Amino acid sequence: MPTFVYMTRCDGCGHCVDICPSDIMHIDKTTRRAYNIEPNMCWECYSCVKACPHQAIDVRGYADFAPLGHSVRVKRDEEKGVIAWRIKFRNGEKDMELLAPITTKPWGSGTPQLREVDAPSKEQRESQLLFNEPKYIRFDEGDIHTLESNGLEMKQGVNY
Amino acid sequence: MKFDTVIEDDIDILVCGAGLGGTGAAFEARYWGQDKKIVIAEKANIDRSGAVAQGLYAINCYMGTRFGENNPEDHVRYARIDLMGMVREDLLFDMARHVDSTVHQFEEWGLPLMRDPKTGNYLREGRWQIMIHGESYKPIVADAAKKSADKVFNRICVTHLLMDDAKENRVAGAVGFNVRTGNYHVFKSKTVIVAAGGASNIFKPRSVGEGAGRVWYAPWSSGSAYGLLINAGAKMTQMENRIVLARFKDGYGPVGAYFLHLKTYTQNGMGEEYESKWWESLQEIVGKEYLDPEASHLSHRPIPTCLRNHAFIQEVNAGRGPIHMVTMEAFQDPHLEEIGWHNFLGMTVGQAVLWASTDVDPKYENPELTTSEPYVMGSHATGCGAWCSGPSDLSPPEYQWGYNRMTTVEGLFGAGDAVGGTPHAFSSGSFTEGRIAAKAACQYIEDGKAEGIKISDEQIERRKQEVYKPMETYRVFRNEITAGSVNPNYINPRQALDRLQKLMDEYAGGVTVSYMTNEKLLNIGLKKLKMLEEDLEKVAAEDIHELLRAWEIKHRHLTSESVVQHTLFRKETRWPGYYYRGDHMKLDDANWHVLTVSRRDPETGEYTMEKAPLYHLVDVDKDKENAA
Repeated sequence: MPTFVYMTRCDGCGHCVDICPSDIMHIDKTTRRAYNIEPNMCWECYSCVKACPHQAIDVRGYADFAPLGHSVRVKRDEEKGVIAWRIKFRNGEKDMELLAPITTKPWGSGTPQLREVDAPSKEQRESQLLFNEPKYIRFDEGDIHTLESNGLEMKQGVNY
Repeated sequence: MKFDTVIEDDIDILVCGAGLGGTGAAFEARYWGQDKKIVIAEKANIDRSGAVAQGLYAINCYMGTRFGENNPEDHVRYARIDLMGMVREDLLFDMARHVDSTVHQFEEWGLPLMRDPKTGNYLREGRWQIMIHGESYKPIVADAAKKSADKVFNRICVTHLLMDDAKENRVAGAVGFNVRTGNYHVFKSKTVIVAAGGASNIFKPRSVGEGAGRVWYAPWSSGSAYGLLINAGAKMTQMENRIVLARFKDGYGPVGAYFLHLKTYTQNGMGEEYESKWWESLQEIVGKEYLDPEASHLSHRPIPTCLRNHAFIQEVNAGRGPIHMVTMEAFQDPHLEEIGWHNFLGMTVGQAVLWASTDVDPKYENPELTTSEPYVMGSHATGCGAWCSGPSDLSPPEYQWGYNRMTTVEGLFGAGDAVGGTPHAFSSGSFTEGRIAAKAACQYIEDGKAEGIKISDEQIERRKQEVYKPMETYRVFRNEITAGSVNPNYINPRQALDRLQKLMDEYAGGVTVSYMTNEKLLNIGLKKLKMLEEDLEKVAAEDIHELLRAWEIKHRHLTSESVVQHTLFRKETRWPGYYYRGDHMKLDDANWHVLTVSRRDPETGEYTMEKAPLYHLVDVDKDKENAA
């Protein structure tokens, strides 16, 4: 959209520089504040907008097809596990607030440490199973699907 | 060069690129290799990298075997139909039989999966898609990968794979540079899993200025999956199978949830249904076997994506555009309206920005759709990528050489966009492929296949010279001119990208030629690509950021050459709506019911092309053979 940065809010902390997937948020050497160095490589992914601790980054729709006078703002809160959006139309007639969860667990607590789980057996290594399988495939006593179990074969040629 | 060399040695599993495929690989590798050294090298920051950086509102590949919904072979048949028969069914079946265990773990990690309040099952958007609140999909899976990896190197642009100097055709690691410090990084590793991205921005985009960043696939998807593998001499498959997307105009907002969940539909500029009128003429191109609307209607068998694109393109070219998405009915329901907006905010915020800026309220106005410029990738509704080995219990001999998801280079594995012939993997399938590759890589090491690897200092030094050459070129020639970007000795990365996009568009079937090409055009395209390759030796980088762009364009160039070679080789029109061979305007099963496989000789740059047999999954009980 590219993103742009409000002069009075940015303190040059660099959170946006650290997170931008496209490497286009840089610190200006003169003002010591962040700016978008390459707007035509910006995907409007909002990663920098969400990461900014001062709400200093905003988006102005791509100049080649988006007229001025709109606003899509966001606040993402890992502690509360929610993201809040506000969309304002150019004509001022539509103003929407939307809220969505971003996680169901306290942030960072849900993923496992595989160093600490029991090591796989030789049998598991020689099987087609991955971690937590077969249990996590169906949560029943069933095993992994194979050609044999599903009554299938691989046949060469044109088969519709 | 003023940059330091940083060597990371004794790595067992190096993951290059940590989007969904790479995070899956790093995560799973720890289980099968609890004593192994697992390292991630990622161009950006793994919390927000890859195609899922901004989130997803759906997981598009979930079987639901737990709820009795689908079996893996059902998904294989679906992908086969959608890709006009051209898929690796062994790899697809393998991905599909594991993918549910991936999704169930995502839910345990805190990813909010929506549930159907009546049945308690996951809320279905379509037969394969489930709906999620996925704004934080990427940081959640990145957290799992970070816990498994010994080290995560963010901001490393991997430029080349290292090859073993002791044994031919065996991988030995990778090199690249740090996008912040500029330092040269050497990763010496027993195995490498390439999970980098497919390619946006190789065909000229419809947008003309800033909006060139609003590509459908992420602008940072620089075809590095293919650039790295092709340069290492790995065989590639189905690279001609580029994809064109029918999406909301300009913002390229997704349409899946609109069609499937909100039940919106398309019509032409006159408000008429337009698709069915094109089926008869289209049947003459592809045959009734591939397009049978009556059978599709009765069996709910989907009409292939490319063929629906074809109807769209023809209708617009006949002067009855624009094509609209009819949203005004569904959006009267406030609940559906909210889902429609959340769908964009969760994965394509730019579309919401565009509607807000143009006062398009889909409740009172049906938004325009368009067909995009082509993209080259292997995890959405297309299957470009490396020719990889399949699992030992599924794959026929031609598809199997020891280790699951290993390319034709020993010790070099793929996941996600990197693996060819496996469309419709999407996010969950790519993560699953990473898991599969990681287990196989551990097995490869256990079997002693990585013993005795040698990397000469000469190789490391030679690559270093290559890596920084664009900066050296800039330093030497910059002061020959007063100022500006016009220099007779070099081009900058943006100028190179513009040239690549223009020639791919005009010669290889981009939007300005309505996706049409032929042998003559493709040969001219190859000639121009060769000259661009020579000029890319003279690409200049003013700073480290431009050095990143220089290597992205080099990877995009290698990808493009492969696309043109494959398109030239397949003398038929297999996917009308994705591209057309004007000199072979029919689908030709007698000669081309095969997968295309290529290899570029890394020394000479010469291509060799071959056909590989297609195997299909069929029921052992022949009576059921046609059940889809």
